[in-house]
Amino acid sequence: MAVLVESHATLGDAQRALGSDGTYLGGGTLVMREVNAGALQGRILRTSDPALRQIRPSLDSVEIGAGVTMAMILAERDLAHLHPVARAVGGPQVRVMATVGGNLFAVHPYGDLTVALLALGARVVSAGGAQRPIEDFLRERDRTGLVATVQVPRPREPRGFAFLKVSRVKPKGVSVLSVAAHLPRDGGRLRGVRIAFGAMGPTPLRAQAAERVLEGSALTPDLIARAAAAATDGLDPPTDALASAWYRREVAGVHLRRLLERML
Amino acid sequence: MAMKPVTFTLNTEAKAAFTEDGQNLLDFLRRGAGDLSPKYGCGQGTCGACTVLVDGEPHLSCLVLAETVQGRRVETTAGLGQARPHALQEAFMERFAAQCGYCTPGMLMSAKALLDRNPRPSREEVIEAIAGNLCRCTGYEPIIAAILDVAEGRIRA
Ligand SMILES: Cc1cc2nc3c(=O)[nH]c(=O)nc-3n(C[C@H](O)[C@H](O)[C@H](O)COP(=O)(O)OP(=O)(O)OC[C@H]3O[C@@H](n4cnc5c(N)ncnc54)[C@H](O)[C@@H]3O)c2cc1C
Ligand code: FES
Ligand code: FES
Repeated sequence: MAVLVESHATLGDAQRALGSDGTYLGGGTLVMREVNAGALQGRILRTSDPALRQIRPSLDSVEIGAGVTMAMILAERDLAHLHPVARAVGGPQVRVMATVGGNLFAVHPYGDLTVALLALGARVVSAGGAQRPIEDFLRERDRTGLVATVQVPRPREPRGFAFLKVSRVKPKGVSVLSVAAHLPRDGGRLRGVRIAFGAMGPTPLRAQAAERVLEGSALTPDLIARAAAAATDGLDPPTDALASAWYRREVAGVHLRRLLERML
Repeated sequence: MAMKPVTFTLNTEAKAAFTEDGQNLLDFLRRGAGDLSPKYGCGQGTCGACTVLVDGEPHLSCLVLAETVQGRRVETTAGLGQARPHALQEAFMERFAAQCGYCTPGMLMSAKALLDRNPRPSREEVIEAIAGNLCRCTGYEPIIAAILDVAEGRIRA
């Protein structure tokens, strides 16, 4: 069987035509690999719906279209907190193609932007308009249908959000792990702490044990050490060509500590 | 297999060619449009040998669906220095930045994309610009030096 490419006017049209056998093409950095390898056959659906490429800032959040690329994030001053994240995805040629929507579906070791979106508590909006918290989306992503936008809360202060990616190949390489933290402060105490790891499971996951250590307290070096010690509690990191599960478990706390120290 | 017509600009020329469904831009440029300057290294986005510019931005042509360049402008190494060598080509020769040469077309296009947008990049910006291009021969230093030679005006076309 060969590949058949269909172009649709809107994301809604593509969703209606998708069926169970269609593959949606975003930027194509992952889908085209499969096509080139002959591993993907059948219908491929695409759209140049301009609504997918919009970035709409509001006071306390930003709505980012699923077709927005890492390069477009880097060109948007309003998304400065996401610049270090977008810059960590591939080289320049990947960043002009790689979309936010595709990143939400990218499997381990990819999905660095999604780690940041999980820490920020984004909501994922489907083509049909249904909205769900990103952790629910990540659990069900095989059957959620097409994504239209993500609504991403804005950190209230610059040091309230930080991201770090660890890779072996410099300057660009895939994640041994990545980690993002969102630490909203309320009168000196942390309220609504969210920490997310990438490459520690099949999808980006929250480090709930470390979050519980931080929640409700003031950020101090001592507290950071306790959160770092709990970094991988409840997580089951994979072994792959980049690192063993043992190694990931050993270093996760060190990297979490370094990240949190930047937020003191 | 369905064939679709694609009209686009290749370097300075208006082109029309047929693409097969699912064909990538690299294969389309080489077999459909007869431009052999972009190279096939991996077909997986990892090597950068196939880098071309689409509307001025560097793209891995092996990952671009050919039909999406309809109406757009594609630049390849074949379009560089048609009368005499481009400054980047001079600098690559001067600095021994090509050994086997397989990465060179991709390196040149990534470098051109950088200099078109940022004529005076820092060393860090040069490294970032070629971060998606692998070279197994030179150790990168001659390539970085060549690009900086052009940026800093030591070599002109
Ligand atoms: C050389 C190279 C380096 C890379 N480095 C990194 C890296 O450092 N970090 C990283 O995170 N990723 C990396 N990637 C992976 C990839 O480029 C990114 O994850 C990217 O964001 C995927 O987006 P895309 O638009 O290209 O996805 P596509 O290939 O278009 O799609 C990927 C998957 O998502 C689905 N999809 C896409 N958009 C939607 C939508 N709107 N609704 C529903 N489903 C959708 C597709 O059907 C497909 O299953 C790299 C890839 C390459 C080739
Ligand atoms: S052939 Fe396109 S990146 Fe290797
Ligand atoms: S010169 Fe041989 S790969 Fe770069």
